[in-house]
Amino acid sequence: MGDTVTAPSRSTVERIRHVLDRRREGDSGGAGRRRWVRRLPLLPAFVYVIVVTQVPFIATIWYSFRSWNLLIPGSNHFTGLRSYQEVFADPTFLIAVINTVELTASAVIIAMLVGIGLAMLLNREFFGRGVVRTLLITPFLVMPVASALLWKTTMYDPLYGLLDFVLSPFGIHHVAWLSTFPMPAIVTILAWEWAPFMMLIVLAGLQSESLEVLEAAKVDGASTVQTFTRLTFPHIRPYVQLGVLLGSVYIIQAFGEIFMDTAGGPGTATTNLPYYLYEQVFNAYNVGVGAAAGVIVLIGTEIVAIFALRLVSSLIAGTAMIG
Amino acid sequence: MTTLSPVEGATAGNIARVLAYRRSRRSHHKLFGRARLFGHAWSVFTWLIAIVLFFPVFWMVLTAFKPEVSAYTVPPQIIFHPTLSEFAQVLSGGILKPFEHSAFVTAVSTAAVLVISFPAAYALSVRPVKRWRDTMFFFLTLKMLPPVAGIIPIYIVARNLHLLDNDWLLVILYVPMNLPIAVWMLRSFLLEVPREVLDAARVDGANVVTELTRVILPIVRPGIVATALICVIFSWNEFFFAVNLTATQAGTMPVFLVGFLTTEGLYWAKLCAASTLCCLPVILAGWIAQKHLVRGLALGAIK
Repeated sequence: MGDTVTAPSRSTVERIRHVLDRRREGDSGGAGRRRWVRRLPLLPAFVYVIVVTQVPFIATIWYSFRSWNLLIPGSNHFTGLRSYQEVFADPTFLIAVINTVELTASAVIIAMLVGIGLAMLLNREFFGRGVVRTLLITPFLVMPVASALLWKTTMYDPLYGLLDFVLSPFGIHHVAWLSTFPMPAIVTILAWEWAPFMMLIVLAGLQSESLEVLEAAKVDGASTVQTFTRLTFPHIRPYVQLGVLLGSVYIIQAFGEIFMDTAGGPGTATTNLPYYLYEQVFNAYNVGVGAAAGVIVLIGTEIVAIFALRLVSSLIAGTAMIG
Repeated sequence: MTTLSPVEGATAGNIARVLAYRRSRRSHHKLFGRARLFGHAWSVFTWLIAIVLFFPVFWMVLTAFKPEVSAYTVPPQIIFHPTLSEFAQVLSGGILKPFEHSAFVTAVSTAAVLVISFPAAYALSVRPVKRWRDTMFFFLTLKMLPPVAGIIPIYIVARNLHLLDNDWLLVILYVPMNLPIAVWMLRSFLLEVPREVLDAARVDGANVVTELTRVILPIVRPGIVATALICVIFSWNEFFFAVNLTATQAGTMPVFLVGFLTTEGLYWAKLCAASTLCCLPVILAGWIAQKHLVRGLALGAIK
């Protein structure tokens, strides 16, 4: 009975909305025009991003088939696929790919784990909660170049660095962190910068969790661990996925930290793809090889992005449109 | 129908249990029970973690007030004779011009992002276009394209148009950098506008402009603040485009910091003073608007 009562009333609401929508758009141009009126607000954004982001990429493909050293006038000529051969033959390129994956994956995972922990600590009432949250989000607000400098000097310095001072009671003295453990050192900086970002996203998830459900779980005698694994984690999972996705998008492009602290070294230990491309273009002035590497990076990123987006697709699949 | 159905009975039972539990918790609260001690321990732990994670920033600000000799000591000094001379040196070292460039580029690009992304977010939420989901993913895919891959043609085109080392070049590039996340954030806030309110406005004959200014804008204002803040953070701190495409004429704060390092040398106190000044505007803005950030960054993940 219930169904037969509610169904028509719902469709009535829909019909009223439809009529209102039609009245709004003058109802003279028909369905096609209405659709265009709706699309119109998207147009500036579309045109802008296509012109500023897609056109350079097409140009990158064109340059990748040419050889051009910016410092040698008249060196611009067609070479076909030779730049691509050079990129694939360059051992540094493969190292840069591996480094990028390693750097991004470790920084994102550590930042997310720390972020989940911080969010759970913050998601309870305690003295000075606002101040603690303020302190915790600050690393994300610090300019990456400044935090790179800060860590390189006052934290990682083998003689006067704070890390050395803190660890000296444990018999660790004068470690040149950036040259002895370059990758973990850079990962630490990136994770420190991005943990607050993850925390904010997970905190939004935790705060939307229903307290009644949690209390009911406690009433029914669920342990803290059970509550987390059965209720809280499933609830914040979409937020965690979103954080991982957004964090990866930004951390994969990490440049300032490497530029300032290690210059890709020692050797090629911390050369990631952005730094590799930077060196090709702005140190070697090699447009063709830089462009070819850019195209390869682009195709690689797109493949990863398609998988990542499939993941997020499930996130907003449940997103109901208004009404 | 006086008897309760099994489902309703169970619900009533649950409510009774929840109420009993709440009562017991409230009385627990007054006792110095184990749970309360445990709670205190967690609070202390949270404070400790926050202090540890904040410490590098605190140390940066502290070092900025040190005379240069006090910056290099074993053990590191917390008590010293504070001085403003490092700040004075940085301020006289030409930080004002990069500050102006950063402020200009950040303000103009953020305003442009909001102006362009708001209509787009509207078309994806309030009156959604047919394939809104594909459109959202199109924007997100753009964000995933590494800017490094496009730097070569951007550099060459900018060189030919004499736009190298020009504020407007950075403005043009920062807009698409922040546009995707802005569209996503604004859309999630627009989804929170109740449909009933919009319907009511329309029944009353409100046109699009009235609907926007009277109904939608007041509701999504915090969302606009959060979105603007994210754009400001990323534009102010952006380094890759800035260092490769600008130099002396339009160099922003990060570029200034790098230049400062090469011209002035690795003097910690002075560098910390310069870094503190570079970070200050964004840190203050972030602190003021942090509440909006918690909601804004969820991007309407689950609605």
